[in-house]
Amino acid sequence: MIPDLPPYARWLGVTLERAPDGGLGFRLPYGDTVQGRPGFFHGGALAGLLEIAAIGTLRDRLAAEAPGAIVKPITVTFDFLRGGRALPVHADASITRLGARIAILSARAWQDAAETPIAMARMTLAVHR
Amino acid sequence: MTDAERLAALIERVAGFGHNAALGLRPVAHGADWATLALDYRAELIGEPERAVLASGPILALMDMATSCATWIRRGGFVPQATLDFRIDYLRAARPGRTVIGRGECTRLTRRIAFVRGTAHDGDEADPIALVAGTFMSTDVP
Repeated sequence: MIPDLPPYARWLGVTLERAPDGGLGFRLPYGDTVQGRPGFFHGGALAGLLEIAAIGTLRDRLAAEAPGAIVKPITVTFDFLRGGRALPVHADASITRLGARIAILSARAWQDAAETPIAMARMTLAVHR
Repeated sequence: MTDAERLAALIERVAGFGHNAALGLRPVAHGADWATLALDYRAELIGEPERAVLASGPILALMDMATSCATWIRRGGFVPQATLDFRIDYLRAARPGRTVIGRGECTRLTRRIAFVRGTAHDGDEADPIALVAGTFMSTDVP
């Protein structure tokens, strides 16, 4: 099952699909809504995509493990490695640790290859089960 | 021109299109090394439908732009720059319906790097919703 995305993710233009390995793959096409300097993505839009990927991946795991759990972001640290050109951006996230109360995830966004990300995030969230 | 008009002109140049315009970021005030912008609540920007809470992404974009404007004001004009890193602490959720006010400050400026901090609140400055810290690099300095 593919989880629902919140209104903000739909407004941004994010879509997602289930990868063959069971993980979630997120995608954000280029367009006026996400543009920063001409011809490039806005850092805020890339950051939004990374947060959506991290929260979506965590909710997907919790849907099976702890239905009804609420997650709240505590802290996010972003690194911007390359400019995001006028091409679709792909993103995914992995759970570094899922404890009883806290989850730590890392997310990456790329255009050419996952091994050469354009932006990365490390996110700490509170989990209320 | 008043301070607000000068900031409005700067915002117009850098934020009158694309993502900033889509979010509807509005200039509020600025000083020698700080700028304050506003982000109005909109149903489209909700991140948690159960509680109608604004998503964190738009707040981050607001703070990125408020701290960027602080840097440009301190530099004396617009220079192209790239965000190197940005950290945001979400102290609490913004209240549904409230406009979010973001104040960015440029705490240190070198030839290439700007160090910034900022605070966001939704009506009461003493009760902030988010804190940020980051660095920008001017991209037209060799």
